[in-house]
Parts: sequence; structure tokens; C-alpha cells
Amino acid sequence: MELTRLPLLKSALKSRYPQLAVFIVMLVGYIFAILAGLIGTPVGSHNFSIVFVWIAWWAILILVAVPFFGRGWCAVCPIPLPGEWLQHGAVLSPPEKKPKWLNLRVPKMFRNIWLQNIAFLLLALFSSVLLTTPNVTGIVLAAMLFAAIGLSAVFERRAFCRYLCPVGGFIGLYSQTAPIELRIKDKQICVTCEGKPCYNGSANGYGCPWDVFPGGMTKNTFCGLCMECIRTCPHDNIAINLRPFSADLAKPSTRMDETFKAFIMLGSAMIYAGVLLGPWGAIKDAAYNVGSGAWISYAVIFLAIIFILLPGTFYLTVALTPNISLNSGGGETIKKQFAQFSSSLIPLGLMFWVAFSLSFVLTNASYILAALSDPLGLGWNLFSTANAAWQPMLTSILAPAQTLALVVGLVWSARTAQKVNEAGASPIPVIVYCFVATSIMLWLLL
Amino acid sequence: MDARQFAYSPSELHVNPGDTVTIHLTSTDVVHGLYVDGYDISVEADPGQSATLTFVADKPGSFRFRCNVTCGAMHPFMIGKLTVGTNDWLYRSIGFSILAIFGLLFFQRSPLLTDN
Repeated sequence: MELTRLPLLKSALKSRYPQLAVFIVMLVGYIFAILAGLIGTPVGSHNFSIVFVWIAWWAILILVAVPFFGRGWCAVCPIPLPGEWLQHGAVLSPPEKKPKWLNLRVPKMFRNIWLQNIAFLLLALFSSVLLTTPNVTGIVLAAMLFAAIGLSAVFERRAFCRYLCPVGGFIGLYSQTAPIELRIKDKQICVTCEGKPCYNGSANGYGCPWDVFPGGMTKNTFCGLCMECIRTCPHDNIAINLRPFSADLAKPSTRMDETFKAFIMLGSAMIYAGVLLGPWGAIKDAAYNVGSGAWISYAVIFLAIIFILLPGTFYLTVALTPNISLNSGGGETIKKQFAQFSSSLIPLGLMFWVAFSLSFVLTNASYILAALSDPLGLGWNLFSTANAAWQPMLTSILAPAQTLALVVGLVWSARTAQKVNEAGASPIPVIVYCFVATSIMLWLLL
Repeated sequence: MDARQFAYSPSELHVNPGDTVTIHLTSTDVVHGLYVDGYDISVEADPGQSATLTFVADKPGSFRFRCNVTCGAMHPFMIGKLTVGTNDWLYRSIGFSILAIFGLLFFQRSPLLTDN
């Protein structure tokens, strides 16, 4: 179903003003979060930066935006804006022909998501501090803003979003499951289109900031839904469509950077569930005391689970699958199937994050009211809610909701595995792998 | 039970359904609390002091208990686990997962419902 057939929606997307209005609100909120982190109270549960970034924003992102709108957050994310405005030398006006600053192409060796994987893991290893310490959150938010500006000064387009953003990496992975997509309507029109303004830009807008040619796009992973191509396409050949969930996973990627992203996200959700929501104080101490011997052990185990245990057992699972054993196709076949079958971990991982976040968010959501009235923890009471008592929300439905999320994720991943059996390989071993992972997650959360 | 930044000791409690449970909470550093999810009851202990919480464990299952007094950076994750009887919900959830998988495989084999 083509949503851009709706005249009101289409005109809202083609105009820059509605998006700019949202951008400005987001940018003001983002800068305030940085300031709150740096100058506000060091008590995380009473600081705007912690409460609004890691509780409110995270809840919206992982429970609503990613599952239903894919890269919808990227469409309104304020992080690339200052750099992009400086890069363009304009906020709204049509692009000049001569680009500002260096405008270099990102070197080929970095044109993948390995840097995003590393950036996410770096934050994940420090997450116990990052999630709870306002000034660390403020510094990280500021660092992301300045990194985006710096990369915009050196490289063309949104190099930060495409190749470095630790959040954008996993949003891109899970956006493949979303029931929304931006696609061309008629491929032949793109083939014959002169100048490819969707990619190169025109008087109506900028060339794709995400370095994607919409005419060749087959999945959501790298489309930031910035809507520039809708503005620049001279043939009205770009559409926003509603579609079935996880449509992109029918033809899974065989790239190892994307394959390992699935393991990184799956493993991180499980580790977070154990470390942050589990009853084991020694593990929490290890995760929090960055730089100590215990933390180094924690980091090594964290990385071993993500890079050795999960992919290693998955590789063995795939290798032992009937019809793709070593005898029938050799290592290349197994490697390809390993990558393709790993797409079944994408819906599983997404629902692991949903289940984990439900617990974290519902337990701590009541901090939002207090932080709204006193965002810096300075004793303000702007909306008379500064003294709102902490109270977990909906604890009676938490376990059923988590079970439902995890079982839906398991069935979804099993269905995805069934669709991947292009070489006639049985999906059963992969389904068993997903079941074991789900059982562990159930044990950690319930 | 001792409470310190950011853990309880012991951090896991197992009781029988119907037991009258008394927890003597002793804080060893700053003010800590103990709030039991599902039972919606709590207690607070000052540094070096003990406080007592008594309740009847009349709801079977597994419940998190957590600090309800801001006690430092990792306060939101100062969590323990109370199990009353057996954690039936976990076993039911795993059973539900198995049923769901068999249901999927059964439906996929059905000639009426296959989409291949």
C-alpha cells in the first residue's frame, strides 16, 4: 500500500518545513540533554539526560519507532544536522553546486558497518556507567554531535550516520523487519532518468545524504528516510509503502559485517538482561568498575560471548544441518548459509530487546515525571511533579508481555529461517538454536 | 539480608507459598530500600541500621525485589529475586515456545496453508 498516495502526507514529506520543525525541537532537546548531563545533578534518576535519553527516548525507539517505522528515528535525528548545515552552507535553501569543505569520499575499506559495530560495542562495554552517570552521557552525546560535524567536514554526505553511528547500525539492521519502506515505483524510469538527481542532487534538494541510489535499493538497512529523494525525483517515482513485517529478510544479506551485527545485538540483549536486570551483584560491580580487573574480565567474557560463543555455536548448527554439510558444498557454502541463516536472528534479537526494554522502562518510567519538572535536579518544580514518587508501572503484566514478545520473536525467527532455505537446507537446527536462545532469555527475565 | 551499593546478600530468596516471610534488611553503606514487585510492599534501612519487612507469600511465582531509595549510580539496577514455590511462569513460557514452534511447523506442512 503506497502511503505517498495520500496528498496530505505527500505534501508534508515534500515540504522541508514540517521536518525542519521537528528537527529543531529534537536539536534543542539534544543540546539540553548534553547540558543537563554536564551541569545537572549527578544523580542519574533525577537528571534529564539519563531519564529522557535512556528511559523515554529508548522506550520510544525500541518499542515503537524501530519495530513499526524502521529508520523513522533517523528521519528526525538531530545529530547530523549541524554538520550537514555547515557542509551545505545552508539550512533550507537549494544546494550550491560547489560543495563546502573537503567533500571526500569515504575510503572503500570503511564502507561497511564494522565501524558501527565497534562503536556500539565500545558503548556497550561501558554501558553500566553510560546509562547511570549523567556527565558520561552528556560527554558521549556531545562526542557524537562533534564526530558528525567532523566527518561532515571531511567526507561527503552523512558519513557519520552511514558508517559510524552506534545507534544507526542496529536501527538499520532491525529496520529490515519494519512494515514500512521507501522504494521506487518503476525501475525502468530510474534506468532512463538523466542525471540521477535522487543521488546527485538538483535544485529541488540534495543528493542522497545516505549515499544510496534509490533505484537500486532492495532493503531498508541504509535508507535513512530523510525524504530528499522524494523532493528531487523529477518523475514522482519514489514511494513510501506499507508492507508485511520483515519483507527485507526474504533475500538475506551475505555480508559478514551485517551478519555479526545480528550476533552483537542478540548477545548484547542477553548480557544486559543478565547483568542489569539479574540478581548477581558481583557481575554488576564488574560491569560498573571500568578499568578494574573484574571489568577487564567482564569485557573479555562479553566479547567472547558475542564473537565466539554465539556465532561459533551458530556456525556449528548450520554446518551440521542436513544438505549443507562439508561434504556437499565446502566451506563457502557453509559460510554463505551461516550469513543467510543469521537473518533469522534479526527478528529474534529485536524482540529480545523489546522484552528487555519493557522491564527496564516500565520499572523506571515514573522518573520521567519528576525529571520533567526538575530536569537538572536543581530543586525546580516546573509542572508540580518534581516530587512524584518512584513507582514501577504495570508489573502485573510485565511477565506476560515479555513472554509474548519472546515467543513472537521465536516464531518470527523460525518463519524467517524457513524462508532462507534456498539451498534446500533444513531450518530445524537453526530453529532449535533460536529456541535455546529464547529459553535462556526467558530464564534471565522471568 | 545485607544491602550495599548495588547488591543484596543473599540476592535470591526461595520460600514456600503461604509462608510468613520476615526480612531483616541491614544497610551497610548508604540508605537502601527493598521493594517487592507484585506484592507492592517495601521497607527502608538507614546506614548501619536494620529494618524489618514481614508479609505472607501468598502469590506464587518469581518476583524481582529492588532498591526504592536512590542510592547511587547503579541504583536502578540494584535488584534481587524472590521465588515463591516454583517459577511456574518460566516453565509455562518455555512450554508455550515449544507449542508455538510445533504449531508453526504443523501449519507450514498443511497443504491448505502453505505459501510455497
